[in-house]
Amino acid sequence: MIDWVSDLLFWIVFGSILFLLRGQRIFWSVGALGLLLLFNQFFTPGFFHIQILDGHLYGSRIDVLNQGAKVMLLSLGMVLVIATGGVDLSVGAVMAIAAAVSSRLLVTEHQSAGAAIAAALVISTLAGAWNGVLVAGFGIQPIVATLVLMVAGRGVAQLITEGQIINFLDPTMVYLGNGHLFALPFTLTLVLVTLGLAFFLVRRTALGLFIESVGDNDEASRYSGINAKQVKFLVYTFSGFCAGLAGLVACSNIKSADANNIGLYLELDAILAVVVGGTSLQGGRFYLIGAVVGGLFIQTLTTTLYARNVSSDISPVPKALAIIAVCLFQSESFRTRLSHVVRPFGRILKPLGSRPPQKSITATHDSPKP
Amino acid sequence: MTRLNPKYIPLLATALVLLAVFSTGSLLYPNFGTPRVIVNLLNDSAFVGVAAVGESFVILSGGIDLSVGSMVAFVGILVAKLLQVGWDPFLAMGIALCVGTAAGVVMGGLIHYFELPPFLVTLAGLFCLRGLGFVIYPESIGIDHPFYGQVLPQLSILVAPKAVLPFTAMCFLGSVIVGTFVASFTRFGRNVYAIGSNENSARLMGLPIGRTKITAYALAAFFSALGGIVATFYMQSGNPASFAGLELDAIAAVVIGGTLLTGGVGFIPGTLMGVLILGLIQQIIIFNGTLNSWWTKIVIGALLLVFIVLQKLISGGGDQES
Repeated sequence: MIDWVSDLLFWIVFGSILFLLRGQRIFWSVGALGLLLLFNQFFTPGFFHIQILDGHLYGSRIDVLNQGAKVMLLSLGMVLVIATGGVDLSVGAVMAIAAAVSSRLLVTEHQSAGAAIAAALVISTLAGAWNGVLVAGFGIQPIVATLVLMVAGRGVAQLITEGQIINFLDPTMVYLGNGHLFALPFTLTLVLVTLGLAFFLVRRTALGLFIESVGDNDEASRYSGINAKQVKFLVYTFSGFCAGLAGLVACSNIKSADANNIGLYLELDAILAVVVGGTSLQGGRFYLIGAVVGGLFIQTLTTTLYARNVSSDISPVPKALAIIAVCLFQSESFRTRLSHVVRPFGRILKPLGSRPPQKSITATHDSPKP
Repeated sequence: MTRLNPKYIPLLATALVLLAVFSTGSLLYPNFGTPRVIVNLLNDSAFVGVAAVGESFVILSGGIDLSVGSMVAFVGILVAKLLQVGWDPFLAMGIALCVGTAAGVVMGGLIHYFELPPFLVTLAGLFCLRGLGFVIYPESIGIDHPFYGQVLPQLSILVAPKAVLPFTAMCFLGSVIVGTFVASFTRFGRNVYAIGSNENSARLMGLPIGRTKITAYALAAFFSALGGIVATFYMQSGNPASFAGLELDAIAAVVIGGTLLTGGVGFIPGTLMGVLILGLIQQIIIFNGTLNSWWTKIVIGALLLVFIVLQKLISGGGDQES
């Protein structure tokens, strides 16, 4: 009975949020999340069940918030990188480095948890800065520049842990990924604080405008006096910091640092989250909250598959189909084709399709290479 | 006096690195330079090498294929399963090659017709093939077919005393030869280079962009599938969980082999050298015994960095000339 009431309340709140967002880009991401949740409401028994134990909330939706924190944190850094027209493939490896540094300091070197966390964040920020130097300083293509750290980073992490899996029981470190604050997982607070920080930086200062400008047209923004190199350097550094946070959460979740597996393939989830959130991989306009919603969508998808007893080995297949579906609906040529084939869809698809044509003009200008 | 064409400089650098790595190994360890070790090197890196040849085409065309590792694992488990239920080995391999190539056509089609980023489409391919491998059979299947046990060992050639060139190595070298021919001496190959250098110019010249791109992805998938078959020769089994991250090795080999990741510049023999460099580094670390396996990743990462910066300097230099 209580469940029934709380479900109804949840859907009323969700519906009103959706109603408020109508006409905005993020409407589609929240709508997709809503569809997935609606599916679970009817077809996955127990998904909407929430109970209170020791004053903390437990349930599948809370799990989604807690487990999704890593991808949400990563996608906050990734969305800014993608907005500048780049991509950061190294976040998974940076997570492993952060986990390795913190647990090594904590266990092998007997340092305090505060020092371990600080050191991990500093090192991962430096790793991000390294990417920034390669991309902004040397002008190397982002996929290639971050590939270096993606390949070498995991090796470095294993070097730090000396190939061991380091276990720890330090209460502060464990709290990071398993603790509760205001009856909700602490990781949620972490995500919201990082989101707040990013939001303040890009929407309350001119930085956000600079990022979009660099992503839209690197050259043009340089001519109009924007230090494109500095902007790029900053976003990669921030992405490194976010990856560090995610790495700390990931190793705290399992109370150990496994350099081989922490953050494996998570860079792909983060990129997917950003794309689901409505940000184009070509750069330019970006959606911070969209990226977080995208992260939630991916985690909900993963949790749904687990809740429905789909083996974790096979779960990549639906994920891949979701990637393709989302990308297709963002693809200009697919939308035009679809609106020709299915007339009624034309009206829904048009308003979105009418915006980006200026992108194709810049694309033809960008292309010439030496 | 003829000046060295700048496009050969990365290839030359690769050859020098290969020579340097090989002589370091030979100087450090007395048995390193023996034909037997070289044959082993070819055998160990055969499936990576075959896959890297395919990856070269996609990278030359200006794209990227991330589905290599999953494709190798998928084909491996597919062949192993088909043999287990009693299929003829050649039929099983033929089916595996067809399925693999078809996956490449689908990915290429999505990339061309719907203008989706290659990175994302092949990423979806990576997830999809990995999952489908587990759908076929969730665990490793050993292959005990007489073709694998009796016929394959006879297909090797004695190239030097105590050094037998196995069939896997021949597949690798054969792929390199075929790849070199297709890239350098066919119309398709020239189109790939043209599209990789500048897609807009290629379109204005009236080259068949769509056909070439899709063929490049199909070819890459074909070589990855072939790599999967070679891997079954090598492992004598198929395992859906294996070869995660193989795509990174393949891409690294292509880049270290002097191919520009932006496309348009590079040679298939360079890829052969890139694969051999990766293999040699692994061999040296094994020979050393005290170095741990993670050094492989760090050294490969460092080499990648050196080559990328080198390529940047060369292409940057060319910029100033024009």
